[in-house]
Amino acid sequence: MSRTLATGDHVAGHALAMAGEANRDARGCCAGAYPITPQTEIIEYLSAYDFTKGRIVLVESEHSAMAVCMGAALAGGRSFTASSSNGMAYMTENIFSAGYYRLPTVMIAVNRTLGPPWNIWVDQGDSLMMRDAAWLQFYCDTHQDLFDTIMMSFRVAEDPRVMLPVIVAMDGFVTSHTQMVVDFPTQEQVDAYLPACVVPHHLKHDHPTTMGGMTFPNETELHRFEIQQSMENVITVLEEARDEFENVFERRPAGVMECYETDDAETILIACNTMAKTLKNVVRERREKGEKVGMIRTKLFRPFPRKELLQAIGQSSKVGVLDRNHSPGSGGIFWQEVATTLQGGPDVLLQDYLVGLGGGDVTPENINAIIDDLQRRETASEPQWKDTTK
Amino acid sequence: MEGHDEMSAITPSKPYKTHLLRPGNTNCAGCGMSIGLQWLDEALGDEKPVMVIPSCCGIVTAGAFPTSGYGAPTAATTFASSPAVATGISAISRMNDIDNPVICWAGDGGTYDIGLATLSAAAERNEDIIYICYDNEIYGNTGGQRSGATPTGSVTSTTPHGKEERKKDIMGIMAAHRISYAATLSIGHRKDFLRKVRFARQAKGFRFLLMLSPCPTGWKSEPDQSTELIELAVRSGLFPLYEIFDGVRYRINFQPDNTPVSTYLEQQKRFRQLWGDPGRLQAFIDSQWRHLDGMATVFPANIQDAPG
Repeated sequence: MSRTLATGDHVAGHALAMAGEANRDARGCCAGAYPITPQTEIIEYLSAYDFTKGRIVLVESEHSAMAVCMGAALAGGRSFTASSSNGMAYMTENIFSAGYYRLPTVMIAVNRTLGPPWNIWVDQGDSLMMRDAAWLQFYCDTHQDLFDTIMMSFRVAEDPRVMLPVIVAMDGFVTSHTQMVVDFPTQEQVDAYLPACVVPHHLKHDHPTTMGGMTFPNETELHRFEIQQSMENVITVLEEARDEFENVFERRPAGVMECYETDDAETILIACNTMAKTLKNVVRERREKGEKVGMIRTKLFRPFPRKELLQAIGQSSKVGVLDRNHSPGSGGIFWQEVATTLQGGPDVLLQDYLVGLGGGDVTPENINAIIDDLQRRETASEPQWKDTTK
Repeated sequence: MEGHDEMSAITPSKPYKTHLLRPGNTNCAGCGMSIGLQWLDEALGDEKPVMVIPSCCGIVTAGAFPTSGYGAPTAATTFASSPAVATGISAISRMNDIDNPVICWAGDGGTYDIGLATLSAAAERNEDIIYICYDNEIYGNTGGQRSGATPTGSVTSTTPHGKEERKKDIMGIMAAHRISYAATLSIGHRKDFLRKVRFARQAKGFRFLLMLSPCPTGWKSEPDQSTELIELAVRSGLFPLYEIFDGVRYRINFQPDNTPVSTYLEQQKRFRQLWGDPGRLQAFIDSQWRHLDGMATVFPANIQDAPG
């Protein structure tokens, strides 16, 4: 174990490299890599890494980066990549393919606003766009959370009960380009934590099949149903991965979500990534003043943990969602998920706030104003746009 | 001269299920892929490839899940991705000392058009891949639309008055990448076909083979005329048989014998606009041969290259 000061991108690069290296006694690792701000430092880190049995393929597009990962996984290797924003949009077709192929690739999404107009700052719209792509999605708040979640992601993705790819998201610049202290484990610890990557349906000469060939509606429906069943296994597998993580690395990362002061809260705010850190501080201050406020940091977005969220919301009467993303014509995407979760359930006032779109700072003042608004409300309204520049 | 009479040499002695192209595949009668895949199998002998096939007729060939018309492990990729998926397969295979050839089998849409950037990048990285384009000069799987490979004058469902533009010179594009080997394949010239595939198998790095592949459905031709059509395409000079070594040394394998291109055109209704007046396509042939003859004269293949 070593304590290091590192940027989010280098933490992610180091985690991917250690996971790749951990497969050296099995089929090795291979990644397709293509630069885009603000994830470029991840693929630079990987390109400089001296793998015992691995290769980073420097491709001509994100579309091909994911294609290389799929090929590597189809040949039984461990695979990973990173992308952001329009790069991820360009990769979309093959992101869906990797999910439907059921290949356990891990992709780091460094969240960045989709353009035009061109904007390099954080907004979760890029990875949230992939919500229907048969990928698991995790959202991380700190550099340590990022490292730990990447480690757990390989374990969960490659578990035969799941066998689906995983997106691990962090905030562009706020996380990717700032440094925090991180505990890096030794390679031996990572080797002990990650079993050899086995892709049961990899291409085999003694049993030739056509992977991804044509199916009729009945088989396709079964295929989608099986993916849904695997999604329903994720939380069990994730909890096992946390337990084993604690055994090997002697700390326990957040799993499905992080709840703070929710037990007796009347008002709960929901947020993800670094915005949740600011929110947590605001909640602490207001608790000190005696207000019954709580916070839920959503970490696992796919599968969406409806049961766990309902339990966390408990008896609270008002829930506000901070969405740093926007689905035009609807609202925030996390809000949509929370609304679905609450449907037919407890009588809760649910309000959506669109904040920090395009990477605007979300300050404690902004969040205090939102909590004030939520506490005053007697009915919910359309998603509220908050001017975060003031 | 070799020709279609040699086709009787296909005498399968091994069990059908071990064939690269198995019975029950869904190819149309007269499809060039049927001969191409069997000759590919023959050229590779006992060695089984990994097939990487984008969305195209070549993956429909496999039939529906759970059956497979291919007797080799096959990955069905997205339309533009076969060389990139093949790169990942090749990378992991080689680091595990698995030496089976990784073969991309793609149509002209996936090669000349949507997949060109992916193809170019895999060639530039000099990946250990054999890329075979079965070129039927249309988007066949979607019912026969114009592609960058469609020849001048050809009627397609999106060029009802015949295509105005030239066919893209994909061999020239691949040669410009200075890959170790590029060659054209004819399903009317078996010995030449087998020799080139075998040479490609032992060559290193990225290798590119272009096969003109009849599509009776799209070409509006008779299925039983497919091999004869390709022979005529070669003899008339429309589809030259040649090889390019390291992207710079040329060898022509077959000299046209003054067979008029009209004998080729007039058996295909897609060329009905050129019937009686093949001038536009003849001009293409003439300019193609001026270039090719020049290259083969000034930059000939040398003694180290494959024996012709």
